[in-house]
Amino acid sequence: MRAGKQTFCYERPPRIAAHASIVGPKESKGPLAAYFDEASQDDLFGQKTWELGESEMLRRCAGRAMREGGLTQEEAQAFFSGDLNNQIIATGFAARALGLPFVGLYGACSTFVEGLVLASALISGGYLGNALCAASSHFCTAERQFRFPLEMGTQRPPSAHWTATAAGCALLRAGEGPGLYVTAGTLGRIIDYKIKDANHMGAAMAPAVQSTITAHFDDTGTTAEDFDLIATGDLGWIGRDILLELFRESGRPMPPEKLVDCGASLFYQEQDAHAGGSGCGCVASVTCGWLMKRMEQGELKRILVTGSGAMLSPTSTMQAETIPGIAYAVRLEVK
Amino acid sequence: MSESKTPQEKHYETIVNELTPNSRHLRGCVRAFWVGGLICVIGQALTMLAQTLELGELTAPMFTSCALIFLGTTLTGIGVYDRIGKYAGAGSVVPITGFANSVAAPAIEFRREGMVLGLGAKLFQIAGPVLTYGISSSIIVGVIYWAVKEWLL
Repeated sequence: MRAGKQTFCYERPPRIAAHASIVGPKESKGPLAAYFDEASQDDLFGQKTWELGESEMLRRCAGRAMREGGLTQEEAQAFFSGDLNNQIIATGFAARALGLPFVGLYGACSTFVEGLVLASALISGGYLGNALCAASSHFCTAERQFRFPLEMGTQRPPSAHWTATAAGCALLRAGEGPGLYVTAGTLGRIIDYKIKDANHMGAAMAPAVQSTITAHFDDTGTTAEDFDLIATGDLGWIGRDILLELFRESGRPMPPEKLVDCGASLFYQEQDAHAGGSGCGCVASVTCGWLMKRMEQGELKRILVTGSGAMLSPTSTMQAETIPGIAYAVRLEVK
Repeated sequence: MSESKTPQEKHYETIVNELTPNSRHLRGCVRAFWVGGLICVIGQALTMLAQTLELGELTAPMFTSCALIFLGTTLTGIGVYDRIGKYAGAGSVVPITGFANSVAAPAIEFRREGMVLGLGAKLFQIAGPVLTYGISSSIIVGVIYWAVKEWLL
């Protein structure tokens, strides 16, 4: 059922039957290491290029979610996924290996949440019985596409993010019973406050996140008080501060203890990730690893997860265009 | 986009600037100074070594350049130069070793895309603009120098 301007309240909410997360070496030394299902010490995941490595990580992650959820390739009905590479090749190659009906998505770093919103709607509407929602990102593929070759001796400003080498996958199933459910999803609007600095994605995305969270609250008649936690994707430490300031100025302040950023949680400050982790795999792995596990352990009952994306490309950056920001949100509840 | 910012966007820019920490400029300058200086000292030592070997006025600087380029590319190849660069910033970018790094790094990175359109085309991805504007400006300066010397002196 549609609620308000941008939200779907799922009449038959899909259950998260299984979830999997895989991270790379640097992420496996961060504060959330214990929550991830698999940590590879090999950046290449046994492949010959970074792109194939990322693809292999995503394939393994989806395979793991299918195994844990007891879903065979024959039974799987859809694979919603995306990544940051041009023409989402890591996802395309993973989908080729998995052999599943495929929906390729691009919402930059918000892709995982975008997938959850869409797949949940299709399951709720009865069009799908199950769906895999995934996303991946890799530091080395993102660096060479968006910045400089890895061995270049350059410095980054404090506001720059560190693209996480990570993948997350959630298996959604129609059905009932106790468990973790996706009960609502909110689409975002592109918000662009004319930030041009590609090294400050937290600033480019924060207004979009504020817009989507506010829309979710308005559409569903809720406030931050109704949630145990509001998670943002990859605003980073600086972007989180900016978001808190935006909420404070809007007259509807967000309690800082409720606002957690996946990117800012993924690394220790000493790990030199500057503003924090980013990338499609950041929100995907942290949600599938840390947040969903905490919900299953009974620590959290109802959370709002937002994924945010900076819709830029190396071309738009060179042409000095401003960065359009997007954010999607899903409400996860233990029932 | 050439259109100007709305008051709301300007206000947002102020919030962003207030909440974004600056790079630590003084620390950066000190690091760049000593690392850049050290590379120059090594260069000077190499030149003096070349002179003791009696390589001559023209050959000695060439020997120094070659040795420093060799050093820069080797350190890039074994994954050390990017760490120096991270620490020293411009201190290791500006000397000739930094130039070597900017050519060697894409060579390693884009080798997978093949010898021609990968390595060959991307080799000067970063060094290219330096060459273009470096050579162009030296030609312009050369012409001015020649004109001044010819007609004014």
